[in-house]
Amino acid sequence: MSIFLNENSKVIVQGMTGSEGRKHTQRMLASGTAIVGGVNPKKAGTDVDFEGASVPVFGSVSEAMKETGADVSVIFVPPAGAKGAVIEAVDAQIGLAVVITEGIPVHDSTYFWAHAQGGATRIIGPNCPGLISPGRSNAGIIPANITQQGRIGLVSKSGTLTYQMMYELRDIGFSTAIGIGGDPVIGTTHIDALQAFQEDPETEAIVMIGEIGGDAEERAADFIRANVTKPVVGYVAGFTAPEGKTMGHAGAIVSGSAGTAQAKKEALEAAGVRVGKTPSETARLMRELVGA
Amino acid sequence: MDLFEYQARDLLASHGVPVLPGGVAETPDQAEAIAREIGSRVVVKAQVKTGGRGKAGGVKLADDADEARARAQDILGLDIKGHITHRVMVAQASDIAEEYYFSYLLDRANRTFLAMASVEGGMEIEQLAVERPEALARIPVDATVGVDTAKAAEIVDAAGFAPEVRDQVIAIAVQLWDAFAKEDATLVEVNPLAKAPDGTVLALDAKVTLDENAAFRHESHAALEDSASADPLEAAAKEKDLNYVKLDGEVGIIGNGAGLVMSTLDVVAYAGEEFGGVKPANFLDIGGGASAEVMANGLHIILGDPAVKSVFVNVFGGITACDAVANGIVSALGILGDEATKPLVVRLDGNNVEEGRRILAEANHPLVTVVDTMDGAARRAAELAA
Repeated sequence: MSIFLNENSKVIVQGMTGSEGRKHTQRMLASGTAIVGGVNPKKAGTDVDFEGASVPVFGSVSEAMKETGADVSVIFVPPAGAKGAVIEAVDAQIGLAVVITEGIPVHDSTYFWAHAQGGATRIIGPNCPGLISPGRSNAGIIPANITQQGRIGLVSKSGTLTYQMMYELRDIGFSTAIGIGGDPVIGTTHIDALQAFQEDPETEAIVMIGEIGGDAEERAADFIRANVTKPVVGYVAGFTAPEGKTMGHAGAIVSGSAGTAQAKKEALEAAGVRVGKTPSETARLMRELVGA
Repeated sequence: MDLFEYQARDLLASHGVPVLPGGVAETPDQAEAIAREIGSRVVVKAQVKTGGRGKAGGVKLADDADEARARAQDILGLDIKGHITHRVMVAQASDIAEEYYFSYLLDRANRTFLAMASVEGGMEIEQLAVERPEALARIPVDATVGVDTAKAAEIVDAAGFAPEVRDQVIAIAVQLWDAFAKEDATLVEVNPLAKAPDGTVLALDAKVTLDENAAFRHESHAALEDSASADPLEAAAKEKDLNYVKLDGEVGIIGNGAGLVMSTLDVVAYAGEEFGGVKPANFLDIGGGASAEVMANGLHIILGDPAVKSVFVNVFGGITACDAVANGIVSALGILGDEATKPLVVRLDGNNVEEGRRILAEANHPLVTVVDTMDGAARRAAELAA
């Protein structure tokens, strides 16, 4: 098993005909993902050729779902059109919408999050690398050749820290690695992923990577204390980030006393999570826990 | 992007929010002219993006234009918590009968917007929220619905505004929402929202934060940027579309991905403790691509910082594999030529790492040291900067 994404997932790409969309569709196909279509109303009815595969373009998400049975959409649509693209996916009741697009205004993400409440769609992102269930399916931009299928679950706000941790633990392998994104408002949180990993029989242990800003890690710590029985190892980036400076991710800013790395580390440790000081120490802690 | 008070005031006024007459001055002469035009008692306020202006002597009353000139003279140049005052706002002074508080903000934890209102304004709102939470109404606002008159009435009544100001505050609540939503703000805060002795309700001070991700649909917002007081290296980086933040240490940092770079700052700071407290000099995320040109631009910015004594290049080769990154570093050093004078510690990991390390070893650049692990490379970079 894996979470949110498996070998049966049928994936469409919104924004497949743009340069980023095209590049990453090629990569997803190469790693074995079942890409069944693209969406672009202006190019509906055409096919896009990738090395060794021809992918049809549909006029809308609902048409693509009807024709192909797609249940996952990966969204590369640029910021100005991203809100509309996510709303279209939600209204078509697709199961999973993975929003890779970086730089979406927070009024737009707050809107599409509210719009999706009570609906059928799980949103991951925006501004995230997506998720990979190694050996099964890859929805987003995570490099597929870092690691293999295995028994660790990983959830992270950051893309490259996700890759780094997958690399450090590549011999053990991962059930699913999911990058939830560094924006202030995101669709899938640490808690959502922790709950899914807890319920996934294949996942034996969980790595949770956080960073400064907001209080998502503190709330995840409360959730772990009450609901997670599998071992969890944590890492938090941004101990030395100064107050009031945004560190790359729109959400990574310490304001007042809220959102510091130290507070997050303490909250996680109080919930029984072993927190590494560096990525490599975090990987060592995981090895001790799983005996590998 | 946080706005100055005078910018926030102009922005809110453009959405119909009632404010007092006033203007912004960069010289005592300009302050005098504005005060003369207002023609009554004025308040001269330092324009700095920090709190506690009053206590620092940055807010003064003046009875006439001559006095306004003298007060502006006192305040211009004042250092308020490290912020130098380059401008003052001169506004008509108002007698205040009552002070209220009103704001809209992004509530990250609940992924929604939040209205906060209180009839006990004037004081620090954080203090009020802690000491008398019942005095601060907090009403969620659905992003798909917004604030109309009925929603505004719900907020205003929850805060307990008196009947004689209720309609005025409801109208202002709708205008403030208009500004919040149409300008893509993440914070609009009026404190105090004041009742004058004649019963008129006015916004006397305001804070506005705008979402920089929304700049593409607000051409007017670029002019609000405070490029004059931005750090020159940060300004230069911005021109090159680089995500750079100046810090106060000695080890220049280049990495790919915000999380990895934040992590690199931490690891360097830990390592620096062993070498007399050496610290990272900057945050610089060159993104996933790490091409030669972007690498050269990044190195150029970092080497332009006189405080930098060594540079740590920390790249995880994912989509752009390590061999391409290594070629990028070698070409970047070629582009920079004699400009590259500080030692570079490079740590590469990820896809095609052996080939990447081989390329760097073959280039054998005298300034470059390759270290295999992030912790080891941080230690070496800190040692070289000590």
